[in-house]
Amino acid sequence: MLKTLGAHVKEYTAASIATPIFMLMEVALETIIPLLMASIIDDGVNKGDTHHIFIMGAWMILAALLSLFSGCMGAKFGSKASMGLGKNLRKAMFENIQTYAFSNIDKFSTAGLVTRLTTDVTNIQNAYQMILRMAMRAPATILCAMAMSFFISPTLASIYLAAVILLGIALSIIIRKAMKYFDHAFEKYDELNESVQENVSAIRVVKAYVREDYEKKRFTTASQNIYNVFTKAESLVILNNPLMMFTVYSCILLISWLGAHMVVNSALETGDLMALLTYCMNILMSLMILSMIFVMISLSVASARRICEVLNEESDLHNPSDPVYEVADGSIEFKNVTFRYSKSSETPVLDNINLSIKSGETIGIIGGTGSSKSSLVNLISRLYDVDEGSVSVGGRDVRDYDMDSLRNQVSVVLQQNTLFSGSILDNLRWGDPNATEEECKKACELACADEFIQTFPDGYETHIEQGGTNVSGGQKQRLCIARALLKKPKILILDDSTSAVDTATDAKIRKAFREAIPGTTKLIIAQRISSVQDADRIIVMDDGKLNGFDTHENLLANNEIYRDVYESQTQGGGDFDEGGAA
Amino acid sequence: MPGPHGPRGPKPKIKNPGKLFTRLMRFILRKYWLQCLIVVICIFISVLANVQGTLFMQSLIDDYILPLLGTEKPDFLPLLHAMTRVAIFYAIGIASSFAYNKIMIYVSQGSIRQMRDELFSHMQDLPIRYFDTHSHGDIMSIYTNDVDTLRQLISQSLPQIINSVITVVSVFISMIILSVPLTILTLVMIGVTLLATKYFAGFSSRYFLAQQQDLGKVNGFIEEMLNGQKVVKVFTHEKQNIEDFNKLNDQLFESAYNANFYAGSMGPINAQIGNLSYVLCAMIGGIMALGGFAGLTLGKLASFLSFNKSFNMPISQVSQQLNSIIMALAGCERIFGLLDAEVEEDNGYVTLVNATENADGSLSESDSRTGLWAWKHVHQADGSVDYKRVTGDVVFDDVDFGYVPEKIVLHNVDLYATPGQKIAFVGSTGAGKTTITNLINRFYDIQDGKIRYDGININKIKKADLRHSLGIVLQDTHLFTATVMENIRYGKLDATDEEVYAAAKLANADTFIRQLPDGYNTVLSGDGANLSQGQRQLLAIARAAIADPPVLILDEATSSIDTRTERIVQDGMDKLMAGRTTFVIAHRLSTVRNSDCIIVLEQGRVIERGNHDQLIAARGKYYQLYTGKTAEA
Repeated sequence: MLKTLGAHVKEYTAASIATPIFMLMEVALETIIPLLMASIIDDGVNKGDTHHIFIMGAWMILAALLSLFSGCMGAKFGSKASMGLGKNLRKAMFENIQTYAFSNIDKFSTAGLVTRLTTDVTNIQNAYQMILRMAMRAPATILCAMAMSFFISPTLASIYLAAVILLGIALSIIIRKAMKYFDHAFEKYDELNESVQENVSAIRVVKAYVREDYEKKRFTTASQNIYNVFTKAESLVILNNPLMMFTVYSCILLISWLGAHMVVNSALETGDLMALLTYCMNILMSLMILSMIFVMISLSVASARRICEVLNEESDLHNPSDPVYEVADGSIEFKNVTFRYSKSSETPVLDNINLSIKSGETIGIIGGTGSSKSSLVNLISRLYDVDEGSVSVGGRDVRDYDMDSLRNQVSVVLQQNTLFSGSILDNLRWGDPNATEEECKKACELACADEFIQTFPDGYETHIEQGGTNVSGGQKQRLCIARALLKKPKILILDDSTSAVDTATDAKIRKAFREAIPGTTKLIIAQRISSVQDADRIIVMDDGKLNGFDTHENLLANNEIYRDVYESQTQGGGDFDEGGAA
Repeated sequence: MPGPHGPRGPKPKIKNPGKLFTRLMRFILRKYWLQCLIVVICIFISVLANVQGTLFMQSLIDDYILPLLGTEKPDFLPLLHAMTRVAIFYAIGIASSFAYNKIMIYVSQGSIRQMRDELFSHMQDLPIRYFDTHSHGDIMSIYTNDVDTLRQLISQSLPQIINSVITVVSVFISMIILSVPLTILTLVMIGVTLLATKYFAGFSSRYFLAQQQDLGKVNGFIEEMLNGQKVVKVFTHEKQNIEDFNKLNDQLFESAYNANFYAGSMGPINAQIGNLSYVLCAMIGGIMALGGFAGLTLGKLASFLSFNKSFNMPISQVSQQLNSIIMALAGCERIFGLLDAEVEEDNGYVTLVNATENADGSLSESDSRTGLWAWKHVHQADGSVDYKRVTGDVVFDDVDFGYVPEKIVLHNVDLYATPGQKIAFVGSTGAGKTTITNLINRFYDIQDGKIRYDGININKIKKADLRHSLGIVLQDTHLFTATVMENIRYGKLDATDEEVYAAAKLANADTFIRQLPDGYNTVLSGDGANLSQGQRQLLAIARAAIADPPVLILDEATSSIDTRTERIVQDGMDKLMAGRTTFVIAHRLSTVRNSDCIIVLEQGRVIERGNHDQLIAARGKYYQLYTGKTAEA
């Protein structure tokens, strides 16, 4: 894991090394100050040497200024190194995600990927900054102050050593125990929030069943539980404070007592005693900070792990070594195709599919949810690879093609489609970056999108919000179809892409396809029988198997599933709605 | 959900922080005033213990070390006595520090629990309208973010501020006692620190603002592109994407680097100005001690230097904590905003009771479930009681309604359903079908007109009882994180296992439930994410079935389920509807055709009504909808 992350900080190696060095300098200069102060007292005040006071004072000011400089440089390089790491991690993750195949994307959820690229990276860059600066500073302070103390008086300094060790052990025990409690507590806390979330989104059900009081009672119990686990966890953490105070006070008393004896016996000077007492605070405060840093860093380990998962994920699909760039025609052939989303699952999603489609044919695909209609068409543009058998397009196995070329010539309108923020034209030009406005308009006319775009005040320059939230479902689907048409593909696949378009418009789009792009092979997945019944042939999918593949009339006569669906939709079970009133 | 969702811009300025703070303090002190008093006293004691320890350094040097220097047989007994006193004070300080930390746990966790309970309890009583006009994310963030910052305010910021203030005051007094000139010098240096901080804070906040904006852009881009990642792949748009991303990412690096550089420099600047202050005091104090000026002894100087070091910290802490208080108060404003939101009004007094029929046909109340329901109407004028059988007779009389008063969505709706009838609403999306059903159970109140239920104005019926008498199956089913059994039982909390099985069987849900890994004890999570849409619908039907209400409101599922599951769901719904007055928002031809009365809605108006045959004969909108469907074939 460290190796993976380390690779991305390489660019900032110099800054990463400079930061701790500057921090060390800052600390070292800072710890000299009390020592110089001791000299002011012992050699200046006690010996009546004003000149010495001034010289030492000047040295101290110099030390403070140099320390200031080092501190600021530490901040500068620390910021550069950590923000640079963040930048590189984001870049590397984003670039790697772009190479992902559909199967890789499925593995991580979209929300999961977004969190990894945003929150997790922020966590890591902050943790790195802290490691470079604070986590250097605290041990350095302890070491420097300890060294100074030993320099002044090894006997008294050993008291600190003992205190540091004892306090260190005690703190780590408390933290380790408390972390366990807190893990548990936060789990409970998440549960509570989830149940609130559930309640909010189901508020209509709660109110319809008049369950307000029941929900309140349940919530009070849960919130009492949270109270119990949190007070328990916090009761442990608060031991830190008195423990710290006890150690500091004990040290002060011990040093004072022993120090007084040594001063009186001339084994130590007054100023040195004062310096020692200053170091006492330095050392123990740093220890406290160190323990806090430890907690924060351990929290970022989870983030680091999640980031590495994304970085180390390799795409499941690879371009062939000697790829073909041109798709000859729009013919499609499935030979003994078996496909699973996960290698470990037993039942295949597609089971021994054999079919052959001629270039220019219009094919309807119908079947219940989970009958693998989408899986079938996703293999054509090689969004997934088959497990067994082969899928050929234009007479060649899809695995022989350059993936980009294949996908540019096999255009898919996905079921879960997305528009991006930008003008309508920007969105359309995803299909063809060089398309003229005229070409875009032509594609929109075919997809029956032109009619509503014209009604927008800004026409084709209308700004689409992120996710296309400012157009209706039906309009969005038609824009997506137009975008796919702009690729001028040899094969066009519509995966349930007109479900929100009313039946009349749906028919118009299909008519336009027939007339304007007769040479393009068209595959249309639909729930509505009316969307497919005028196709040349219709594929009936059932539970991952090819149940029928024939014309509407023949299927109606011979295929039970098809007849069933047909009857239910036309004779009493169909949709009454007009769909998205467009 | 209809309703405006406010854009999530930068945090608004708090209107009246003083008033909010007082309200918050009253909330805490109401229950914990004694604890809070003890906490303040304990903090005071623990600060004093610390200060007396530092002051002791003066007498240690001046009274116990310097006089003994050079003596033949130094007597350490007085020092031992003095140190014992200091040790005892220290012990008391430690004890009170422990005490106040411990008490604060109970105060902060207790107040937060109280806050949460009140929030949730109040939220349950809010009208549906509230949930329409506030996004669920915003409501949730009150429970998570706002309550959390509040907890930090109570448990950390408040005690720390009290601690810092007491420390500053007592250190300041001690410094004045030790040396007035050096105190003035220290104050001047504090002033320099504050100025420098302000100057640099201005720099860093400008870059931080830029960083926030750039971060927003990068995160927005990431979110948008990853959500559309499959489309990106299909359109082979990866290279362009990477290019765009790198531009934004580099820009973010620039601003983040600067922001963190300036912010990171604040610490060293503060610390070193503090050190300069220390150095100056040591120098000037040293010269003063040398000349014996202003009575400054060596011991006093040593003590003073210690105080000088511990004076800087609490001051910068206070300014930090003030910041977090402002943040927490912004959260408080939202919390109190929810607590102040008006609850659902309910002036109803007609209640729903179980009844038995007497020989003369009159009704009397019964304690047990009889299957016969009655409205108990206590007349307000004379206190007389009469019972009216619940039959499911619903009348809309010239009803106008709008979600917001300015925008009426239902106009002059007249409607009548006689008991046992099946009433279907049809019309295109946005015609007002769902709105009508929301009015019957008073999720919303109408602007004008009257709705009568068995001849009683529904405003007179207690909301809880009105809703008990209506079963609802919504189109988007909501299930809870609990077992299947508990989810069905939600319809009737005291239902026996057998009743649950019976309801599940009626809804055609029994078969698939028994195939789940733990049958009826399978735990559903994430709104039933482990079930298919159709299965969730079946559970919702079972939940309504177990409640056994006299009137049903059904919102049929649309085409997202496949035909075969759809039939099972349909069959379950049909069984549930048998013998009940049912209002159904119909999407299926079969439901529509079998209805006793079909209401055709368009843009909030009833444009046609009648049964299937009548409406077909009328050749109006219904005819068009019905035949237009198959015209394409």
